[in-house]
This record gives sequence, C-alpha cells and structure tokens, in this order.
Amino acid sequence: MSLLSITAMQTRIGQYAVLHNISLEVPEGGVFVLLGRNGAGKTTTLRSIMGLWTPSPGSVTFRGRDLTGMHTAEIARLGIAYVPENMGIFGGLTVEENLVLATATGRFDKVRLARITALFPALETFWTKQAWALSGGQKQMLAVARAIIEPRALILIDEPTKGLAPSIVGAMAEAFREIAQGTTILLVEQNFQFARSLGRDMAVIEDGRIAHSGTMAEFAADKALQDRLLALSA
Amino acid sequence: MSQTRTTGALIVKTAVLAIGAALLFAPFLFQDVRALEVAARICIFIVLVASYDLLIGYTGIVSFAHTMFFGIGAYGTAIALKQMGNGWDAVALGTLAGMALSLVLAVAIGLLSLRVKAIFFAMITLAAASVVLVLASQLNQITGGEDGITYRAPSLFSPATQLWQGADGKVATLFGVKMNGKLAGYYFVFLTSLALFVFMLRMTGSPLGTVLKAIRENEARAEAIGYRVVAYRTFVFCIAALVASLAGSSYAIWLKYTGPDTALSFAIMIDILLMVVIGGMGTMWGAVIGAVLMVLAQYYLRDLMELAAGATADLPVLPHLLEPDRWLFWLGIIFILLVYFFPAGIAGTIMRWGAPRAGR
Amino acid sequence: MTRIGDILGRYGGVNLLPLFVAALGFVLIGAPASWVTLTVAGLAMGMMIFLMASGLSLVFGLMDVLNFGHSAFVSFGAFIAASALAFLGAWLGAENIALNIAAMGLALVAAILFGLAAGWFFETVIIRPVYKDHLRQILITMGALIVAEQIILMIWGGTPTAVPRPAFLEGAWILGDVSIEIYRIFAFGLGLAVYVALYLVLNRTRIGLLIRAGVENREMVEALGFRIDRLFVAVFMLGSALAALGGAMWAGYQTLISPALGAEMMIVVFIVVIIGGLGSIEGTLLGALLVGLVGNYVGFLAPKMALASNMILMMAILLWRPSGLRPAVR
Repeated sequence: MSLLSITAMQTRIGQYAVLHNISLEVPEGGVFVLLGRNGAGKTTTLRSIMGLWTPSPGSVTFRGRDLTGMHTAEIARLGIAYVPENMGIFGGLTVEENLVLATATGRFDKVRLARITALFPALETFWTKQAWALSGGQKQMLAVARAIIEPRALILIDEPTKGLAPSIVGAMAEAFREIAQGTTILLVEQNFQFARSLGRDMAVIEDGRIAHSGTMAEFAADKALQDRLLALSA
Repeated sequence: MSQTRTTGALIVKTAVLAIGAALLFAPFLFQDVRALEVAARICIFIVLVASYDLLIGYTGIVSFAHTMFFGIGAYGTAIALKQMGNGWDAVALGTLAGMALSLVLAVAIGLLSLRVKAIFFAMITLAAASVVLVLASQLNQITGGEDGITYRAPSLFSPATQLWQGADGKVATLFGVKMNGKLAGYYFVFLTSLALFVFMLRMTGSPLGTVLKAIRENEARAEAIGYRVVAYRTFVFCIAALVASLAGSSYAIWLKYTGPDTALSFAIMIDILLMVVIGGMGTMWGAVIGAVLMVLAQYYLRDLMELAAGATADLPVLPHLLEPDRWLFWLGIIFILLVYFFPAGIAGTIMRWGAPRAGR
Repeated sequence: MTRIGDILGRYGGVNLLPLFVAALGFVLIGAPASWVTLTVAGLAMGMMIFLMASGLSLVFGLMDVLNFGHSAFVSFGAFIAASALAFLGAWLGAENIALNIAAMGLALVAAILFGLAAGWFFETVIIRPVYKDHLRQILITMGALIVAEQIILMIWGGTPTAVPRPAFLEGAWILGDVSIEIYRIFAFGLGLAVYVALYLVLNRTRIGLLIRAGVENREMVEALGFRIDRLFVAVFMLGSALAALGGAMWAGYQTLISPALGAEMMIVVFIVVIIGGLGSIEGTLLGALLVGLVGNYVGFLAPKMALASNMILMMAILLWRPSGLRPAVR
C-alpha cells in the first residue's frame, strides 16, 4: 500500500481552478520528486495535501486515512511535515526557539538533535541568534531541521535549492539522502540535476494535471520526454 | 457582474426614480414643516452616503473621516456667513475654504496612510476625525463650541422672501404651497444634491469606475497591470472628501445652524455607515435607498417606538427595549445581521433577482 | 547622524523615547514639583492605557483581526467595577484595610471575569464568521460596538456614574512640595505587574512561544501541528479581560464615568497601538507611556491641545516609522 495516495484531486483558489486532476501514489521510503514548470500546480499540490487549501472533490489518503476536510494541524500531527518554498522561518524567534516549537513536547530528543546538528553544524553556531539574521542557506537548513526534529513519516519540501549557492545545494542533497533513510520525502523541485540525484520515483505536473509518472531512472534516460515536459533547453 | 439588466435592477432603478420624483415634488406632496426638513435631510444624506460609497463600495477603503469633511464644509460656510453677513460672497468664500481645507486634509491623510493596510487606514481616519471634532468643540470663538453657530442664510432663502407676489400683495401660492424663500431653499438643496449625485453616477460609469473596481477586486493584480493604486485611491478619497464638503455647505445653508451634532459628531458617521450597508455597497442606487430608509426611520420610527413602548408599558423588559432612545440598539442588530447575511444590502440583493445563475 | 543613531541604538533605541519626552517636559514645564506630579500621572495613565491596548494589539498580530468593538470591553469593565464598588460600599470605608483591599480586588475580578466571558462570546459568535474579510470585520465589530454602547445606556443610563474608591487608595503622599496620588502609584504598579507577567508568559513559556510564532506566520505554526484557532480564543479572551481591567482601573481613576468613555478611550487606544506597532506588547507599552506623558504635559502647557497632541505624535511617528516603533513582524 502506498504511504500517500491522491485520487482525482481538484483545487480551486478563489475562482480559479488551479489543480484539475491530480492522482499520485507515493510509496513508503525514499524521495519522490514532483517536477513541472512554474505555475503548473506543484506548490498547490503540497498545500492541498497539508490542508492549507481545501481540495474538492477527490481524496487524499495517508496510511489509509482520509485527509480531506481535516485541519492542517491534525494532518501535521499524523506525521507529515511541510517545508514551504519561503521556508516559513520565524524570524523573531531564535534558532533554538524555532526548533523547540517544532517538537511535540517542548523538549528535545537528544539523539535526534545531535544527528541534526551533525547534518547542519551552522545551526549550532547560531543557536541563540534570531533567525532573521541567518543566510538563505542557513534558513533552509533550519527549515529542514525543524521538519525532522520529530520523527515524521512524510516530509513535503518545496524547492529547497531555490536561490542557494552550489556548495550548499550539495550539502543539502547529502542531508536529504540521509533523511530519506528513515522517512519518505515528497520533493518539489525545479533543479532537475538535484532532483535526479535523489529521486527514486517521480511525477510531472503540467497545467494542474499529472502529465507523467514513473521511476526517475526511466525518466532520466528519456531525453525526449524531458524536453517535452520540462523544456529544459528553453 | 451583469446586474444591470436584471428584473431586480429594474425594480431598484424604478424605486430610485420614484424617490427622485417624490423629492422633486416634496414641498407640494407633503405640506408640513417637518416633512420638508426630512426631505432636505434625505437629499443631503443621499449625496453624503453616495460619496462614502465611492470609498467603501467602489474602492474598498474604510474611512471614518467622512463626517469630518462634511463638517468642514458646513463649518466653512457657517463661519463665513456668521462673520461676513448673509451675502452670496460669504457662501462662495466659505464653501471654497471648506473645500480647500478638506482637500488638503484628504491629500495628507491619503498619502500618509493609503499605502498601508485597510485596517490601519480605518484607525487613522477615526483618530483624525475625533481630533477635528474635539477641536471644533474647543475653539469656542470660531466655532461656537458645543453650542454651534446660528446665522442667517442669503436673503433669497429667508421665509419672508416672496418669490412671486400674488394679486393681493401677499406671497403667491401654487397648489396651496407658499412661493416663499423656504421653497427656494429646498430647491437649492435638491438641485445641488441632484447635480452632485449625477456627477458621481457618471464617474462610476466612466473608465475610472472600472479601474476602481479592478483595484477593489484584486489590488496586487491591478498594481501588476500598471495602475498606480495609491494615486487612484488618494484621488477617489479627495473626490469623496470634496463632495462631502459640498454637501456639508449646502446643509449649513439650509439649516441656518451648524454645530457638532448636526455636522461633525460620530453619530453621523455611524448613520452613514448604516445607510451605505443597509442600502447596499457598490451601487450608487443603494445610497439612495439606504438614506431614505434611515432618515425616515430616524424621524418616524421613534414615534412608532414610543407608541409601542406605551402599549407594552405593563410588560417587564419590552418597554425598555422599545423606548425611542433605544432605536440605535435595534439598528445595530439589524446592521450586524445584514452584514452577515445580506452583505450586498437591499439594493445589491434585489438587483440580483432574475439574474442568470452564474457558475459560482 | 548615523553614529548618534548607533550609540542610541546600543542603549535602547526607541525605548529611550519616553525618557526623552520626560526630559523635554521638564525643560518646558520648569517647575520640578509640577513636573513630578505630571510625570507620575502620565505614567499611571500610560499603564492603564497599556492594559486596554495590549489585547487589541496581540489579537491583531495573531489573527489579523482588528476589533473595533474592543472599547466596549473597556466601558463594560469600568461600569461593572463601579457597580461592584458601590455594592461593596460598606467595605470601602471600613477601618479594616483587608476589607478595603478585598473590595477593590473583587471589583477588578468582576471586570476581568466579565471580560473573559464577553471575549469568548465576541470571538466565537461575532468575529469567527468573518475571519479574513477585513471590510466585514470592521463593519460587524463596529455594529457590535453600537449595540454594546446601547446596552450600557440601558443598564446604567446616560448620566455620569460616580465611582467610589476604597479608603486605602484615597489621598496622596506628600514629599516636600510634591504630592503624589496613591491611586496613580497603584495603577502604575498594577500595569507594570501585568506587563511583566505578559512578558514572562510570552518569552518564557511554550504558549508564549506559540503566540509569538503565530503572530509572525500563523500558517506555519499550524503546519507544525498546533491549532492556533483554539489558542486565538484564549488570547482574545485574555485581551478582552485586560481591556476590562484597564476600564475598571480607569473608572477608579476618573471617579466619574459616562457611557462615552468607551468611544473616547478607543481613539487613544488606536493611537497607542499604531504608535507602538501592531502585534507586540513592548511596542504597546512604549506607545502607551508616550501617549500618557505627552497627554499630561501638553494638558498642563496647552490644555486645548491635549488630544490633538496625541494625533500629532502619531503622525510624526508614522512619518518616521510607517509601521510603528516596535512592530512584531519585521
């Protein structure tokens, strides 16, 4: 059984239908990559899963449980974390406070915290600094750290490499590989090289519909398909 | 948005036309002093509410400073008439001075605060208006303080003036109505109001109106298309302020008295809000309907409530609730319910009747 | 200029403004005794206004809801405290100071309890249906304000109500030629205590952490698994209770209150919240103290300019810092 399955999801924002028909099966484990051009509906898909937009009709089920109509907070409590494109960092809070907030109890699990600071040493350096002072890359690390400070079954990450320096992108890929050992990542990405190095399964969204889905290996080999769906050359 | 050709729209427009006709012949239809007062007040408030609708309904700006502009116009004319005597030069000077001050304040408030959130703007206008109110009641020498100013209007509007002289040397009558200055005063108010209303109606129908609606619907998009949102908003705010100021001036001429209660008080602002919401925001017609209903209620509902309170005097809580002074309580409740359930107001709701159901 | 700014910033930046105003007041007033009296009055007034304004600011910051009916809580608080004090009249003049204190305490508690209940009602019944719709929010809370004022008129009537004070808060301390009203000290102390408590809750507790995070980015707090809407009811109730407490204190300060009190205080509260920057209690405190001091100094120097001075202060600060002195969200 898939970890997350979406059937015939449609989402309207105001009077505009953004998602027309999204059906996805995200299996447990590894990185599932969602590709597509700007404005295709990738972010809306993540937000709809999270309950930040209300999809109708269609359904989203997570471990066999229907998420439609549930409150965002309840969805999160089922073990789904969300790292939005703008990272959603609380700038007025310190790095520590940002992380404490994400724990369920208000206390750190020492082992997890140690693993996270090993992944992102910068966070320890700026532990008591207010988060608005961090660089873009450090903010992204904090956002990801916040998503994994508790054990999660599924992490939704929206374009984590956007605007980051190449060296940081490499570190990020390393971190994601390690995170994906224990949980599932649903990754929205424009940077195809980055996505290819991580993804096992993938799908392409085009104009609010799933235009293609399959394994990353197949897709990476099919140059014609890539050109048609992503217009990488353009 | 094609509400203009529905059966409902026809009903609303017919009603407004009927109201217009009633106001035109008001001195002949309702021959008592109080009725004429009511008719004149309706004329003034139609203009005031319509100009407020330019802000709240057409542009999405919530201002609490509208009475301030109304009051500035009224006080400008009143002070000039008091200081310079009852000539037309005083009327012209006072009215222009009021408009100038209104314009300056509107530009200042607009540029300072229209770029911020709607809610900020509402708070700032509220603060500004209350300061002007306090100033007006404190500057005794100029404004007469709490007591206000009493003065004489131009002699054309004096009740002693005879527009036509009858054969017997007394004032002539037409259908039993004396052709005196009072009548001239009413028609002065009526025609001024009509001109201002038609001006605003033309404005909302012009390309400018379309731009305003675009801004109201989606500010970010309007900005992206290239409209300078702040400039448009400030412009509309100024126009609305000038119209309100003119309405204030003509009300001052009609009443021959100007004080905080008639021209500046926060109660007037609440009246305007109630009128625009009850009538329907975003349609000039709603302003007419709202103003008529509210002014009629103000003058006649109290009598009715007095009767009802008297009739229920023996019951426990009811007479308290029906006391004439409590009418604002009921209006407040009606207002809240309207905003919840009929945000389009009377005109807006009726105008949708017979509209093809859009795929919304 | 920037160097001076840096130095000032190191020593507290905008937090120094009240000190600056106090110093300016000292120079302009000239008479030290009057200055002390006015300063104490200004600080006491500022603290009471802080009580009234802090809830409004937090509620706006957390949920983007501006409650124009907020001042109704202030009025109700004032009138309920007045009635409670009148009811406990026998205790007020009692020799036993414990009874004195109990009477004042009960009056304040009555106001607070009312604020909690009314806040709950307001949030769940009136405001919840119009989240995210500013226009209707303004209109509906305005309508609620009208109704609330009418209810006050119905219960307490239109004539001013006298507010009895407990004996232990009557009178003044005389130090040389300076006299300081005890009630002002009490008001200042209570306000300060509330501020410290709020500050500790916001900065040292998990709930406070959630509120601060929610003010910045509500959606993200929800995505981390917290029902901020439930938290919001609590914050709204707390804000209403503080407003009622502020109103109760104000009633004792004025000793004669009329139903117009709410409308008058609303303007001041708005000015304070705008000056301070929406969503932060530090900003609200700063704005309230500034308004209190400026209002008292100007009231002494040029009585007719008192309210206008607050307006001018607001305009000046908005020109300098368009989102207030210390807004919560950068």
